[in-house]
Amino acid sequence: MDNFFAQLPQQIINGLTLGAVYALIALGYSMVYGILQLLNFAHGDVFMIGAFIGFGIMSAMLSTSAPSVIIIALMIVAAMIGCGVLGVVIERFAYRPLRNAPRIAPLISALGVSFFLQNVIQLTLSARFRTYQTAQLIPGSIGVDLGTARLSGVRALVIIVAFLLMFLLQYLVRRSKLGRAMRAVATDKDAAAMMGVDVDRVIMATFFVGSALAGAAGVLNGLVFFRIWHFMGFNAGLKGFTAAVVGGIGNVPGAMFGGFFLGFAETFAVGFLSPTFKDVIAFVVLIAVLLIRPRGLLGARLVQKV
Amino acid sequence: MNGHDKSATPLLRLTDVNTYYGQIHILQDVNLEVYPGELVCLLGGNASGKSTTLKTILGLVTPASGTVEFAGEEVQHRSTSYRIERGMAVVPENRRIFADMSVDENLQMGAYLRNDKAEIEQDRERVLELFPRLRERLNQLGGTLSGGEQQMLAMGRALMSRPRLILMDEPSMGLAPLLVEQNFQIIREINEQGTTIFMVEQNANMALSIADRGYVLQTGRIVLEDVAENLLQNEQLRKAYLGR
Ligand SMILES: Nc1ncnc2c1ncn2[C@@H]1O[C@H](COP(=O)(O)OP(=O)(O)OP(=O)(O)O)[C@@H](O)[C@H]1O
Ligand SMILES: [Mg+2]
Repeated sequence: MDNFFAQLPQQIINGLTLGAVYALIALGYSMVYGILQLLNFAHGDVFMIGAFIGFGIMSAMLSTSAPSVIIIALMIVAAMIGCGVLGVVIERFAYRPLRNAPRIAPLISALGVSFFLQNVIQLTLSARFRTYQTAQLIPGSIGVDLGTARLSGVRALVIIVAFLLMFLLQYLVRRSKLGRAMRAVATDKDAAAMMGVDVDRVIMATFFVGSALAGAAGVLNGLVFFRIWHFMGFNAGLKGFTAAVVGGIGNVPGAMFGGFFLGFAETFAVGFLSPTFKDVIAFVVLIAVLLIRPRGLLGARLVQKV
Repeated sequence: MNGHDKSATPLLRLTDVNTYYGQIHILQDVNLEVYPGELVCLLGGNASGKSTTLKTILGLVTPASGTVEFAGEEVQHRSTSYRIERGMAVVPENRRIFADMSVDENLQMGAYLRNDKAEIEQDRERVLELFPRLRERLNQLGGTLSGGEQQMLAMGRALMSRPRLILMDEPSMGLAPLLVEQNFQIIREINEQGTTIFMVEQNANMALSIADRGYVLQTGRIVLEDVAENLLQNEQLRKAYLGR
């Protein structure tokens, strides 16, 4: 028991970090589902591309004298823009032509995009693991000691950036005109069109925003967990999907909640039980939620969609 | 009444419109006109193609042949949002209120294509004066309004775009007779303040009591067209639609 309490603060910090990454991935999953009722299986691979864009910028800039803040900011921004554009392109060419096809068709198309992205990276950059040189950007000496726990600089960065992005997203969805249009399209496309909303453009914007968040998640994940490779999107996609379902797929606050829920569940399982549980826990959570509350813990009716 | 100037350009004109759903021919050579300032109704029984006519006007379905002109411009190949931008607004069948949005947000959706904040605020004020019930419920979710309140919200939302033409699909549907009467008075008021209205109705008596002119649609064809007084007297229409 003593051990448990001694470890708890550190586990909370770790849970927050992992949860922040999952939440960012889950958001894009959930937003796309909310607006198109499409499970975008390529979303995890967009996250992977984001990780590689960040890695590329880092590798190119570490040898320069640019300050770390600038390098990190550029990594995140470039990954967000790159992934945002990628998301828009995927929507335009892989999903839009199938908008009125049977629902299985875009699912298969999504799997195709997923394989395509993995293979592009494997063929161009090989199947090797790459490692983020985080220590050169944020020295391990930076951090705050909190009793038995330590909040390292990089974990603080991940948590702060993720919360900032989620706050901005929440503002966009709840307060801006575009956000209102997204919610309108999610509830009733024809009715939204009847208000003058250009539905295709709103769908594009949704893909851009959701994919940009995945891109940011890719960089943050790389910074804090270091290793990246072409197949990492598969696992990330599963976690994002699980988190989205846990919160109630299609619902923005739900995806954030689901991400942190899963992040904490995994961290605690690893920290207090055994590391072998890490990837099992997501499925346990997914199955439990589907059995007990298929609409997600923040049930879809209560909270607004998109 | 029926005082439109026939030499003026119609605000809305459908010429030889044919609309299909897949293989099924719904609208057959439909011709109709709505002049600026008019209140025109389109009457017809269930499945006669009334809603399809509105969807064709709005661009939610594309006609296989024929033209839809709005304010002198052919729009049959334009997107719905383009037509809304040009000045159409709609009170759709079943109201189509955004259930997860507040009453206020629903009204703001009506003004989606506008950027003139101060004037949007004026129009919102005007709508809330027209429908005081909505003011009491500004923060209530649209989906929790009663049917009558949703109808008011749908009308208010349409007004928020400051439209030249409002298209209405069965504004009397599902409302108690007293409320129907109230709503039709408001529709007439809106028309008298200068907004042109094209209304689809099954309640022929009620619609003709406020309309200038009317068309009668039967299995996708216009079978009658006249000023409202004459239609009210028309034996054929009486038997078919007025039920007496
Ligand atoms: N999306 C669609 N696909 C196939 N057929 C359709 C579609 N929408 C309508 N129809 C058919 O077209 C015909 C005309 O429908 P429409 O909705 O225009 O009728 P309406 O006059 O508005 O009827 P109501 O008074 O019941 O609303 C109906 O037979 C209907 O079943
Ligand atoms: Mg109808």
